[in-house]
Amino acid sequence: MTEWLTATETARRIAAGELTAVKAVDAYLARIAKHDGELGAYLAVDAEGARAQAASIDAARAASAPLGPLAGVPIALKDVLVTRGLATTAASQILGGWIPPYDGTAVQKLRNAGAVILGKLNCDEFAMGSSTENSAYKKTKNPWDGSRVPGGSSGGSSSAVAAALCSASLGTDTGGSIRQPAAFCGCVGIKPTYGRVSRWGVVAFASSLDQVGPLARSVADAALLLEVICGFDPHDSTSLDEPVPDFRKALTGDIAGLRVGIPAEYFAGAIDDEVRSAVQRAAAILQEKGAELVDISLPHTELALPAYYVVAPAEASSNLARYDGIRFGKAAEGARDLLDLYQRSRGQGFGPEVKRRIMVGTYALRSGYYDAYYKKAQQIRALIKRDFDKAWQHVDVVLTPTTPTAAFRFGSKSSPVDMYLADVFTLSCNLAGLPGISVPCGFTTDGLPIGAQLLGKPLDEATLLRTAHVIESAVGLADRRPKGLA
Amino acid sequence: MPILPRKEVEEIALLARLHLEPDEIEKMRVELGAILDHFTALAAVDTDVAPMTHAVPLELRLRPDVPEPSLPAEEAVRAAPAKEGQFFVVPAILPGDS
Repeated sequence: MTEWLTATETARRIAAGELTAVKAVDAYLARIAKHDGELGAYLAVDAEGARAQAASIDAARAASAPLGPLAGVPIALKDVLVTRGLATTAASQILGGWIPPYDGTAVQKLRNAGAVILGKLNCDEFAMGSSTENSAYKKTKNPWDGSRVPGGSSGGSSSAVAAALCSASLGTDTGGSIRQPAAFCGCVGIKPTYGRVSRWGVVAFASSLDQVGPLARSVADAALLLEVICGFDPHDSTSLDEPVPDFRKALTGDIAGLRVGIPAEYFAGAIDDEVRSAVQRAAAILQEKGAELVDISLPHTELALPAYYVVAPAEASSNLARYDGIRFGKAAEGARDLLDLYQRSRGQGFGPEVKRRIMVGTYALRSGYYDAYYKKAQQIRALIKRDFDKAWQHVDVVLTPTTPTAAFRFGSKSSPVDMYLADVFTLSCNLAGLPGISVPCGFTTDGLPIGAQLLGKPLDEATLLRTAHVIESAVGLADRRPKGLA
Repeated sequence: MPILPRKEVEEIALLARLHLEPDEIEKMRVELGAILDHFTALAAVDTDVAPMTHAVPLELRLRPDVPEPSLPAEEAVRAAPAKEGQFFVVPAILPGDS
């Protein structure tokens, strides 16, 4: 069974000639054919394209040509990453049937590193949601319990990785959309510092918050993928021109003297007892390995939710103005005039949550309301960032639960605001632009994964990965697999 | 919980270029009311601070003004629902035009 290998090990075996890229791809395609009908992680599988890419990797190796760090590793992508020649829908009807004429930068970087693209993964429509229930196309199940959601919005990414329907995947994270599904499915998920990974060729949701990042079955795999996709891109004006460290070298196991902040605000209130104790055990592990635990306060934490739900819909309402039924996507039939075409195409093409957010964003940005909403929310962001800046004077990383509870059941969040509360611990990281990682740290008595979240200083992904790796090694859950999928 | 006036929902939908069915408008009055109610927490906060723009200080960069290769026009319009050669086809701009 090569499908459960880490991406790191798959790459090593292919480079060493112990496994061919074609065999690796065929193994995943067979597994997708067997399990994805039930799981629903994929929106599109590119069997032909993946086999052709794999064959060219094997040919390159046979010719002793240099191989990239991901040569032959089968990767799948959240369907908001634009892929040349491969349908990209953002899980929305309005983009149904769109075949992009180009690859986004992160996708290009994966291809240049030799990765084989297996297909596109389900998500909430335009990445708006916390359960993947907002997909216009299908429901994705949590591999650990089919009656529960895989998280969202990158729920196809977390489900496919946890069930070994790909070696690793990419997702996007605007308010927790990598870390929350990673926690719900027992994967490692990292959101890099804002600006680390180019947003060029990523279907835009909220441009000041969106970042691309990997979901993987090990911290080492996440480090490997992150290293490949980071880097300056002149096509993205917010891209950071900073050197990309060798993230894999950060996994030394040495955290002696590391100062770990424990923010009171993340351990109080509506949080499940099993989640709280699992994260407290992770803290104890770090202490045993030589880290120092420091009690801290991030006093503006409770404002993250209202600030986020102004900023994100405001930016979304502006970004989604491009779906007008004219340049790409679906157009309504029989429109009377241009305005009617816009209104009907958008009314038919967008689902309920996307419409809600466009309406909220339009409300907040309309003339006379800007100062009271968007500007105010951006000022709250500055206060949230200031909380963290103060914390960095005393600590190197912050440890919190990734989510207040483990994965919830389908249909269990009765109102939009109820659903928004699922992201309450992950939003500050995006608002402050910081890097954050979720790493599995335990299971509930019902057998559901629990994630610990580490937040770091800007550009300090290396310390997050090093710390997460220590938790991963000590809890020893890497070999635990979902029942019926092992 | 506050319910938004129907007229206000209709005005926002027009600004958003979004056609909503009558039942969607009724639902939106309640749901938007609840979401906006959540925002009142913001107004109470003293925010004597500059709005945040980026996590890492970033200077505006300008690219050299040099043409670069780009998508051929035919490929750029390929995905359009209505097209003619290199052009997007749009319906009448003014109401009543044909």
